[in-house]
Amino acid sequence: MIDEKIFLALLMTVSIGTAAGYLGTLMLSKRMSLVGGPLGHLTLPGITLALIYGFDVSVGAFLILTLAIILIWLLERKTKLPLETLTAIVFSSSVAVAFLFLPEEEVVQALIGDISQLSYTTTFLSVLLSVFAFIIIYRVYKKIVFIALSEDLAKSEGIKVDKYNLIYLLAVALVIGLGVRVVGSLLTAAIVSIPAATSRNLSNNLKQYAYGGALAGGLAAAIGIFVYQIFSIPAGPSIIISSAGLFAISTVFKKTNI
Amino acid sequence: MGDVKDVYNYPTKNKMKDKNTALKVNNLTVTLNEQKIIEDLSFKVKRGETLVVLGPNGAGKTTLLRALLGLIPYKGEVKWAVKNISYLPPKELMQRKEILPLTVEDFYDLKEVKKTKAIESLKSVGLEIDIFEKRIAHLSTGQFQRMSISWALVDNPDTLLFDEPTSGIDIGGTETIYSLLHGFWKKQNLTIILVTHELSVVWEHADNVLCLNKRGVCYGAPAHVLTTKNLKQLYGVGVKYYKHKKT
Repeated sequence: MIDEKIFLALLMTVSIGTAAGYLGTLMLSKRMSLVGGPLGHLTLPGITLALIYGFDVSVGAFLILTLAIILIWLLERKTKLPLETLTAIVFSSSVAVAFLFLPEEEVVQALIGDISQLSYTTTFLSVLLSVFAFIIIYRVYKKIVFIALSEDLAKSEGIKVDKYNLIYLLAVALVIGLGVRVVGSLLTAAIVSIPAATSRNLSNNLKQYAYGGALAGGLAAAIGIFVYQIFSIPAGPSIIISSAGLFAISTVFKKTNI
Repeated sequence: MGDVKDVYNYPTKNKMKDKNTALKVNNLTVTLNEQKIIEDLSFKVKRGETLVVLGPNGAGKTTLLRALLGLIPYKGEVKWAVKNISYLPPKELMQRKEILPLTVEDFYDLKEVKKTKAIESLKSVGLEIDIFEKRIAHLSTGQFQRMSISWALVDNPDTLLFDEPTSGIDIGGTETIYSLLHGFWKKQNLTIILVTHELSVVWEHADNVLCLNKRGVCYGAPAHVLTTKNLKQLYGVGVKYYKHKKT
């Protein structure tokens, strides 16, 4: 008989892990895997506000992320600097601001996440939002791949590059906002980047790659929660270590011609 | 009036007075990073014509194609009278094809092309069906370029903009690519704008040549404009070439 709290944790982390793994395959194709890290850190002011005023950390994280992403998007259009550079500028400023206010006793929860106090409502909402994120990503997936392959080519085929990049970035904000609840702001890069790399090792085509990322993300979350329950180590690090384990296995089975 | 000229324009697609004209470019100037890449360029392309754009590296050839497609801002006028334009960037610009596990099938799927149509199109450029499930990163340069041509032509465009389709391909391969293009040009009455370094292609396939080195150095039928003097002006050094008899 599974403990109710563990069941809720499992349900939530698997949905978030699946959406993050799926999105991660797109982030890898745009060479944006590591951007998940800075974006996770970016959420700190939002998490800080949530912890101080007692509202949901994902809500705080998502609001701050949306603002930051719109700011980055506008800066990119204006300056044409690489997204990574702009993200670095915005994220470091926001981390600095967050640490001015973050209560000391909440630092660990903000940095590596906390799933020990889940309610039905929180779980239900997180699952719903993960499904929503998955559907958005599914709908823009091909277009984003096209843009990643060649922006000129995509534009010449009539694809509205700015529009799709914005939708993609908002999906990133949503998934990272959900992810910080599970793995904290310090580890979010891992839930988007590792499953994608695992899937890349084993896939022969785009479909396998995309759904493989989702599968690897969901599986890592499930294994992570079991490890968390058995060994009582924090869920965030436990999920990431499981994901890294899956990646290690995938490198063994990597086909040489892929 | 000065203010009006400073506004960036976008290509228009309208009917033109002269029904034979596919593209009309007037006083095109492109400035990127505060550097003038193309200056005051004007030319026309007729329907069914093959225009070859010649010029040394850095002359603005790729920039010209990008401006014609409205991918970058420019000053001046670009008027298209054709609707369905297909573009293939230089293959170096097909970034990240190594990162994604993209198969030929996936590549056609990006354009929402049905499998049967894609296979038919691959056959038309002489590729085997088994290539369909291969990763594009694993194709040879020649196979990749044939596949690109087929991909560009699969939704029956009336105009093709092609940027150095044979870079990195040996002489035999180059011949094959151009005879393929020539075949499609004849069959589908395509308007082709082609950037290339191959002078022999100009003699065999071009109706008109545009010699570009920021400004238009020469423009007209190959026999008239490809003189030693013009080529020297274009490339900065004496270029020896073999004049082909056009058949």
